Parts: sequence; C-alpha cells; structure tokens
Amino acid sequence: MKPREITLSTTPKSEDLTSLRLGDIVYLDGLMYTAREGVYMRALEDRANIPMELPSESAANFHCSPAAAIRPDGSFDMGAVTATASFRFARWLPDWMARTGAKLIIGKGGMSSKDYRSYFVPNRAIYLSTVGYGTGALLGRGVENVEAVHWNEELGLAQAMWVIRCKRMGPFIVASDLDGNCLFERENERIGKTLEHVYKGTRPATLKRFGETDDRKDELIG
Amino acid sequence: MIPINLIRSTAQSLMEKAAIEIPQDYLDGLKAAAKTEDGDLSSFVLRAMLQNYEVAKEDRRAMCGDTGVPRWFVKMGNEAKIEGGMIALEAALRGATADATTSVPLRPNRVHPLWRTDHNNNVGIGAPEIEYGFEPEGDWIDLITVHKGGLFGTDYRMLFPSDGIEGIKRFYLDTLVAFGKRGLACQPAIIGIGLGGSKDTCMVLGKRASVLRTVGSRNSDPRIAALEDELKELGNSIGMGAMGFVGKNMVIDCNIEVGYCHTGGMQMSVHAFCLSSRRAVARLHPEGRAEFRTDPDWFTTYQRRDTVDWTPAVEAAE
Repeated sequence: MKPREITLSTTPKSEDLTSLRLGDIVYLDGLMYTAREGVYMRALEDRANIPMELPSESAANFHCSPAAAIRPDGSFDMGAVTATASFRFARWLPDWMARTGAKLIIGKGGMSSKDYRSYFVPNRAIYLSTVGYGTGALLGRGVENVEAVHWNEELGLAQAMWVIRCKRMGPFIVASDLDGNCLFERENERIGKTLEHVYKGTRPATLKRFGETDDRKDELIG
Repeated sequence: MIPINLIRSTAQSLMEKAAIEIPQDYLDGLKAAAKTEDGDLSSFVLRAMLQNYEVAKEDRRAMCGDTGVPRWFVKMGNEAKIEGGMIALEAALRGATADATTSVPLRPNRVHPLWRTDHNNNVGIGAPEIEYGFEPEGDWIDLITVHKGGLFGTDYRMLFPSDGIEGIKRFYLDTLVAFGKRGLACQPAIIGIGLGGSKDTCMVLGKRASVLRTVGSRNSDPRIAALEDELKELGNSIGMGAMGFVGKNMVIDCNIEVGYCHTGGMQMSVHAFCLSSRRAVARLHPEGRAEFRTDPDWFTTYQRRDTVDWTPAVEAAE
C-alpha cells in the first residue's frame, strides 16, 4: 500500500492536524526554524528574547543543524538539511511549546508516547519524522530561501536558529497523532513478536553490565 | 617526492566527493535491498534514499545534512616521500577539512566536549583524526577520508572464550535491535565488527571494518568470511528495516576484522556505517598524478600479517 501524501502549512490549523494518520507522508510550506539544545538553553534557561514572532510566523520547530555556511557578504549557502535525534530535547520541549505555541516538532526518531500524551496532545501538537535518515539533499531542495540566522555568534553555526522558507519541503512522516499514538512504538511492537525466535542460538554475556536488562521491549530513549 | 600542493588539492576534492557521492558498492547494495523490501514504510524510505543520492549528485549538495565527523586515513608505500614531510601533510589535511566545511558546505559538527566551542570548520583538538598505515612496496600515498556519523549504532563489550559464537551473536543482535529501533543507527548500514585486540584496538578494528571495507568484500580467512555471511543474514532476519519500521533490511553487509587478544578474553565491538556511507579515496604518485577511487583497499595481506618478519618470500609462500 502506498502511503498518503499531504501538503501542510508550517502554521497549520487544528483541523489540518486532526485528519493526519500515523505513516502519512507530509510536505511543508511556509516558515520553519531550527532549534535544539543551544537555542532551548538560551531561550528557556538564560531567558534571552526569542528573535521571532512565534507561533504567528512559524509553528514548526525543526531539530536540525543544517550543512550551511555564511558567505563573507553575509548571504547564506545552505546545502543539505537533516534532523538530529529528538529524544534528547524532552527536557526542554514542554516549556518550549508553552512559550512558542509550536504545533509541528520535526526531527529524527520521534519521542515516547508518554511525551506525546503529556505535552504534545494538550498543546495540540504532532511529531513529524524526517525520512531515511536522512534525505538531506531532497530536503535541501525544499529550502526556497534562508531568511535569517539568529544567535550564530553565541551558539555557533550548528546550534544557531536558522529561519528557512520551505516550498514543498519533504518528505516527512507523521510519527504521532492528536491521540498521542506513536508510530515507532507501533512498529516496535510488531517486530517484538518475532524477536524471541531470532535470538534462538544465542547466549547472554558471561560478564554482566550494571543495571542491564534482557527485556527486548526496552528502548534506549527515555 | 609527492608535491604538497597535490596533497592539499586532492584532499579538498576528496572531502567534497565523500559528502556528496554515495560509493557505488554501497549504492548497489542498497538497490538490491530495495528490490527485496516489502514493508510499506521501509520500502518508501529506501526509495526516498535512492532518490536522495541522485539529487545530491545533481545539485552537488551533501547527501545528508549531518555530514558526520571528517577523518583521514593515510596509507604510504615504504618508499613514499612527501614534500615538507609529515607535518606538512597533516597541515594540508587540516586545511582541506576546514576549507571544504565552508565550500561544500558541510555541517561544522566538531566542538569542544566541555566548552562546546565551535570553530565552524570541523578542526580542533584531535580533529580531524589522522591515522596511518604502511605497505612494504611503493612510492605512492593513499589519502582516504571518511565522514562517519558520530552518535548511535556503536558499542563495545568484553566477551570471553566461554561466550563463544553464541555470545557474539547475542551482542550483535542486541546492538542492532537496540540502536535499530526508531532508526537511530540510520540503517540499513555496513556493520563492522572488531574481535580481539585490546579495548581500544578492538574499537579501531570494528570501525575500520565498517568504513574501510566495501560492500561485497570478504575477510581473507574463509571461516571469518563464512561468519560474515552468517551474521549478515542473521541481521536481516530480525524483521526490522530502515528507520526501525517492519522490514527485512538492516545490514547491507557485515565485515569482521580480528586482532590477537589476551588469552582470557574475546573483545567485541559493533559499528554501523550509515545510509550515507561517506568515504572517498585517492592514490597520489610522485610525478603529480592522482587516481580517485572509492575502495580504500586497507586490509591487505600485510595489514593482516601474523608473522614476526615480513619478506617477499613469506608473501609468496602464502
């Protein structure tokens, strides 16, 4: 079965998000900004003023450091863009959403369904995963213009807040819905059913690790 | 004498090629995987990746936005001489790394571990790594750059002889499943396994098995080659594919390298060279010629030697 393809605004209406299903393929139009640990710490812990009007300008937070440079004349050269793993940012995301009204969190690997239920759903937000990972060149083609880069002096190019105008940027995959369901956990459950069989003919290591479990339902993310 | 300008300009080209052009052996492996993949989502992902490689080459942009951590392997023939010596060579490789970060552009990934200082050029303390190997004959040098992703998919464990092949399989599966969930390892990948050595050399062997051997290559020891086949098949029987979705392709190939270890131990490391397996190679000759290729051809008979001396007679006898 071919997945559904949907075009979505980076300032989506609530009803646009209601109709999305896990596994749908999404392309984005509008302004998007990158924010990861550097931006979160500066905005939420150091209380710096966020240099954009959020969410009116953009409700799409990309967990991304682009492969990009600032030319000597101040213009931008953005090549490839791909996401970085999002689970590391769970510590700041609830506050960030409350502060910025973000509706689309875009990244790698998704969050846990616990995260979705506790602060995505109450904020009417969903998670979009990049594809691959990563289709950096394809996503790079979806960058119509680099509008600005903020805090690059303070944070460096990789952690700076890049503001990108997207034109049918994608593909992304819908990895959470407004009920808080998690695409990756659904897939884990399906795969988990046959794991016992695959592990036949193996044995646990003689030297254990402190705190180790042998429960294959476990995940490395929190 | 190999001209230093040739080293500098070739290194710059290699940085760009590694970031933009998927090596043919990996591409062929992924195309074969895409043919067999029947999971809806994982199949979609593989098709998108194949399209992504084309777009990267057409637009001359990096195939992935995370352009990894650039590093260098330098292989030298015993008679090779470099204009300005090894210090000049290292300066040329650092310079090419910095310049390519702006010109391609690459993501300036390298920061200080504590102060998070970013020079915006992928150069800093110990970065890029430059490692060396030597061959008994030749006046050439091989420059190899690898830009491996740096966060997920790699692990180390001290096993013992009593763990045996069953223990090797367990740790292998544990690593693939744990980092395969949600696609953290960016699979399907070239899985490199290091066995033996000490903890540090075990990691080096496994990393080199993943980044310095090509898809389709086999260890020269036929019993290790058979284990490579077996582990490749085992990894692809997990039922997991790209991004951790239901599928049948986790491992594009499995490469194993070994080193003699402590009599009581059997160190093991597992490494995943991702969907953007960035590597590029060139051989430089004293008369100023550069030949580009994608196979590092690192693990020669000399690199895997197990004798005290190395003489052409020993080589011939093998």
